[in-house]
Amino acid sequence: MGVWQIVKLAVKGIQANKMRSFLTMLGVIIGVAAVIILVSIGAGTSKSVTDRIEGMGSNLISVNMRGSGSSAVLTYEEVMQWKERTGIKGIAPVVNGSVSVKYGSNKYDTSLEGVNDEYREVRNHNVQRGRFIIPADISFRQKVALLGTEVSRQLFGTMNPVGETVKINGINFKVVGLLEEKGSESMGSNDDKVIIPFSTAERLMTSIGVRNVYIQAESPEMVESVVAQIENFLYRKTNDEEAYRVFNQAEMLSTVNQVTGMLTAMLGGIASISLLVGGIGIMNIMLVSVTERTREIGIRKAVGAKRRDILRQFLIEALVVSGTGGIIGITLGIGGSRLLGSLMSIPTEVSLKVMGLAFGFSVLIGIIFGMYPANKAAKLNPIEALRFE
Amino acid sequence: MIKLVDISKFYQTGSVSFAALDKVSLNIEDGELVAIMGPSGSGKSTLMNMIGLLDVPSEGRYFLDGKEVSKLFEDDLSEIRNKKIGFIFQSFNLLPRLNAFENVELPLIYRGMAAAERRTRAEHALEIVGLADRMHHKPTELSGGQQQRVAIARALAGEPPIILADEPTGNLDSQSGVEVMEIVRKLNHSGKTVILITHDMQIAQQAKRIIRIQDGRIVQDEEVA
Ligand SMILES: Nc1ncnc2c1ncn2[C@@H]1O[C@H](COP(=O)(O)OP(=O)(O)OP(=O)(O)O)[C@@H](O)[C@H]1O
Ligand SMILES: [Mg+2]
Repeated sequence: MGVWQIVKLAVKGIQANKMRSFLTMLGVIIGVAAVIILVSIGAGTSKSVTDRIEGMGSNLISVNMRGSGSSAVLTYEEVMQWKERTGIKGIAPVVNGSVSVKYGSNKYDTSLEGVNDEYREVRNHNVQRGRFIIPADISFRQKVALLGTEVSRQLFGTMNPVGETVKINGINFKVVGLLEEKGSESMGSNDDKVIIPFSTAERLMTSIGVRNVYIQAESPEMVESVVAQIENFLYRKTNDEEAYRVFNQAEMLSTVNQVTGMLTAMLGGIASISLLVGGIGIMNIMLVSVTERTREIGIRKAVGAKRRDILRQFLIEALVVSGTGGIIGITLGIGGSRLLGSLMSIPTEVSLKVMGLAFGFSVLIGIIFGMYPANKAAKLNPIEALRFE
Repeated sequence: MIKLVDISKFYQTGSVSFAALDKVSLNIEDGELVAIMGPSGSGKSTLMNMIGLLDVPSEGRYFLDGKEVSKLFEDDLSEIRNKKIGFIFQSFNLLPRLNAFENVELPLIYRGMAAAERRTRAEHALEIVGLADRMHHKPTELSGGQQQRVAIARALAGEPPIILADEPTGNLDSQSGVEVMEIVRKLNHSGKTVILITHDMQIAQQAKRIIRIQDGRIVQDEEVA
């Protein structure tokens, strides 16, 4: 008996029992859709985190001074001298603080970063209006500021803030630029901050020295050597490995990818369990179907069906159910992951690989869970099967 | 030619062994029309299923066309059944989901015949039983007599030399019974060996030979004039 013949027969059988077939399929549909949705959300999350980390600047290394006391900080000049070392493209020391910004009667509390002109390149932080900090701002301790989009929204609404004057902690600053929107990252919003010249910030925050430095390596290959040089320098200066911390973006990325990869695998695993449950549903229904159709099996054998004909028939029926369920599940999964992705604003991605895997898995489940009932059917004794009421 | 030698069939019920067939020996030549009669439970169906290779004997030997078939495996038996034997059952045994044509086609499918030839053969078989116009009806859309004629068409579609009919008129009204017997007789005239189980003496008398069974044994085997 040809395979096509049996597929047609199987489809007929499914149509004859629409509700039951649908319910059986539902297990597979839900399983496949769940696998696709969860894995795509996992992959999407991973991609968005990766994008954000990469968006912080390329080949980025960050240095944190953690110790207390004046010996535990670096001087601006000391830091800028690292420029002479090989492999370093840009250095951006940062002074951090919390400030209150006022424009007219609008007041908004936000964070402040005192930076130099290299910050823009190192942190990949572009300006959508006006200009960035320039070296002269630093030398002359200019009272100029750039606003993050969130700060601008809070104080100016939709108005253009460039050229206006704001009060930062009571001191007048001229707004010279509006930063580009960056979106939030795990460490807080990138858009909810104001940027002023490093030297001005030191005065404003009454802090001396540098605690945070961002360094851009010339190339990904140089990152490691730069990290080693900086660590070497810092150790010689502080004699204490705990006094500083050097992060590098590549390491961060691999850690994040490891975590999100694990998460995705876990989600996929949980969803696979539901696919497995769907498979058990198929087996259950197939067993019922074999019993119900015992007489049919007897008749088929009487007119000449061999064991393998019967086996094939029931196996293909299981496969048609699980395969159809798989296809519907994939369609639903793609739709569902798009919907969820847009609701959670995660760039979900349904890869062909996941689709193929989910479909292959559902077909495999059809084979595994269809095999036992099909084999049972094939082994029925023709006489007993014909006598079955 | 069918040749049974000391065929027995035992059934074990609990600790009691029961012989549904007890050393039955029997020869049936090609082209015979044989009626098997006997009380209920005497072993008629068991004997018929044995001849039709649906069942295997517990003891004894069975030669079909000179070849021993009593020790073959199930799939080999399926193949021989498919080629040499057509069954007609009391309860029709049509597949409810298939229409008349598809039911008739079934043995040809398992023979691996190409679709075009299947079509011609199945249509021809349905013509012989007078149901060419009911080809696409499901069994539930046919009368009992029509269903049995579809079953006959299925039995002869593969042109087997042997037709086995286990009480073919048992579930039919007398008019349909007469029609079915008419077809069965024609088949025999066309050269097929026909073995027929019946409780009806009138039907049995249409045969040339009547075998009577009781308690799993042949008690009488006579030619009818
Ligand atoms: N699977 C089985 N297990 C036990 N006993 C069986 C089995 N199949 C048949 N028998 C017994 O074998 C005997 C012969 O059965 P069979 O069906 O051949 O009778 P029959 O002559 O066809 O009767 P009927 O005219 O009622 O159809 C019966 O007594 C029956 O109970
Ligand atoms: Mg019987």
